[in-house]
Amino acid sequence: MIGTGAARMAGEVTDVAPVIQPLAEATGVFSFLWVLIALPLAGAAILLLGGRRTNRWGPYLGVFTVTAAAVYAVVLLIGLMGRSPDDRSVGQTLFEWVFVGGFTAPVAFQLDQLSMVFVLLITIVGALIHIYSLGYMEHDPDRRKFFGFLNLFIASMLLLVLADNYLLLYVGWEGVGLASYLLIGFWQWKPSAAAAAKKAFVMNRIGDVGLSLAIMLIFVTFGTVVFDEVFAVAGEASESTLTWIGLLLLLAAAGKSAQFPLQAWLLDAMEGPTPVSALIHAATMVTAGVYLIVRSNAIYDATVFALTVVLVIGVITMFLGAIIASAKDDIKKSLAGSTMSQIGYMVLAAGLGPVGYVFAIFHLLTHGVFKANLFLGAGSVIHAMNNQQDMRRYGALRAAMMITFLSFAAATLAIMGIPPFSGFWSKDDIIHAAFEVSIVAGIAGMLAAGITGFYMTRMFTMTFLGKARWEDDQHPHESKPVMTIPLIILGIGSVFTGMALLFWGDIVGWLVPVTGLKQTPLPLPTIVYEVITLVLVLAGAAIAYVKYRKDVAVEAPQDVNFLTRAARNSMYDDAINNVLVVQPTYSVTRALVGVDNRGIDGIVNGIAAFVAGSGNRLRRWQTGFARSYALAMVGGAVLVLVVLAVVRLP
Amino acid sequence: MNPENYVILAAVLFTIGTVGVLVRRNAIVVFMSIELMLNAANLAFVAFARMQGNLDGQVIAFFVMVVAAAEVVVGLAIIVAIYRSRRSASIDEPNLLKY
Repeated sequence: MIGTGAARMAGEVTDVAPVIQPLAEATGVFSFLWVLIALPLAGAAILLLGGRRTNRWGPYLGVFTVTAAAVYAVVLLIGLMGRSPDDRSVGQTLFEWVFVGGFTAPVAFQLDQLSMVFVLLITIVGALIHIYSLGYMEHDPDRRKFFGFLNLFIASMLLLVLADNYLLLYVGWEGVGLASYLLIGFWQWKPSAAAAAKKAFVMNRIGDVGLSLAIMLIFVTFGTVVFDEVFAVAGEASESTLTWIGLLLLLAAAGKSAQFPLQAWLLDAMEGPTPVSALIHAATMVTAGVYLIVRSNAIYDATVFALTVVLVIGVITMFLGAIIASAKDDIKKSLAGSTMSQIGYMVLAAGLGPVGYVFAIFHLLTHGVFKANLFLGAGSVIHAMNNQQDMRRYGALRAAMMITFLSFAAATLAIMGIPPFSGFWSKDDIIHAAFEVSIVAGIAGMLAAGITGFYMTRMFTMTFLGKARWEDDQHPHESKPVMTIPLIILGIGSVFTGMALLFWGDIVGWLVPVTGLKQTPLPLPTIVYEVITLVLVLAGAAIAYVKYRKDVAVEAPQDVNFLTRAARNSMYDDAINNVLVVQPTYSVTRALVGVDNRGIDGIVNGIAAFVAGSGNRLRRWQTGFARSYALAMVGGAVLVLVVLAVVRLP
Repeated sequence: MNPENYVILAAVLFTIGTVGVLVRRNAIVVFMSIELMLNAANLAFVAFARMQGNLDGQVIAFFVMVVAAAEVVVGLAIIVAIYRSRRSASIDEPNLLKY
């Protein structure tokens, strides 16, 4: 088996190509693969169509469907582990969906190693967040609708990762976009929430255009959209075509995963209820872009250019997100910046090609757990502080909320990459892999880890340590067990997921048949890189601790440097989008309106005015006197005669 | 007799009819002038038929008579109706149908 550190330390070269596993018929425990999606979908349908009658028991039904799906996912995992490592791809075709000429797209599911880990992440984290929401949304009058939307999201996300062709994936892709829109705007009576939902939808749409173009290009090039069939012949297409497909898929991934330059929607998406932020905008949906890139590895492996662009986008976003997270005072927005940054890590890893795919997914899984933990912890704090989200109004919450404090601490250490917490294993693997490909990417990963140390310690210190800066009417208290139990489970997950996946689950060996793996020895022992990273992280943490341990001004200080000001404004993403996209669009629109008003309408109105005007003048001839008409007739007849005479004269 | 004379007579009658239509105000007289023009045309048809040795013109003359008779029926009815409502047979007075 391929251990990550072991082979590298032994100086061995690993080069395993991905294999296209034979698609086994879904029998035995796999025969009910479709139920996995049908369960939450049925839940959503019942809750959303059932109306007020389901108000009383609806939320519990929502929790039940997802929990049942999670249990079935574990059964599927056991079934998949029972098969041989190169034969873990199970397919189930429900029916032919589209057949036009040579184009066919079935509704068919494919469960392989990659889908499996996603299914587990989605259903287990999803179930925990559903349970947590029972407490968090307890007093919301619309909570039946909320659980309906959450179920819809789970169903769409499962469809996305289980689809065996790009077209069906697109259905899931749009489904999660819709659910995200509905949930960001869940409190639609707040204008800011409605605007944020719209913004997320529109920016996602830009990425979706990339995905639909990519699917069209894939069909034109390969004649099919089924994953296995495309990947089997991916190498035969011309490199420029593959590069275009790769770039369009990257555009799609950037939209969904809030990567540069389509990152601006994620911070505003925090207008949604906190469980939504945890489930959709941290743990699962925003990682769909990473899934898309890793799933399409056969395409990216054949185009160095697209892969390099992926790498660069990942690095840019990693820093953008980290810097934003360091300056935001709103706890959720800071976490959103951190999400951007961590997904930047994953995209960076995916951009390393076969060297990094495995670690992108590994980090995605650990991140899904500890980021959900952080968001739910933040939700618990927000709940306790009467919906106050400003960290400058927190402080000294450790004593009041011990469980939240402990689980948040575990997640903080995990995201900072302190050994042996889960983030350490995945993040250091990404940094090692980055050094194999490019020293610049490796150093970037290390520096971003240092910034992670800074912003997470800042958040943690401002929230739980220091002096209380509460408003007078705030009496923080620990949340109810329905909220703290998911926190405890996720907190334990934040500690052990990394180790469990790596040593007990052998995540690398598990994923290699799908993604392939290349490893070459690094010039220095891996421990050196780990120590340097750790030193940077601790340095960042120390700076933040010293700075925010004592008094934090309740009002944000204004005499700050340019970088802080920019980061507080989310690196001016709205202003930049406004100047680069929105205003030019307005100008074009105005120009087109001008052309339409003056040009097109001018011609049409001109013709009409000419006809009307000449008609007005001509009608003066209609005097009503019969004798003048007769005279006109005589005149006309005479004229005709004269003309005839003149013409025939010669 | 030279058939050309008939043609000349037809032209003279037609001209008289035309002038009558243009200058007279009484609807009945205008109507009679129109009849004169029609019959001038008939005369020309018959004369030309004779000159050509061809019966077509004579056949057309009969057609014209039938049409003229029908036209007289409709036209006189209109004139009588207008006279009843306006107490006048002037052709210039009913000039409402205009711009």
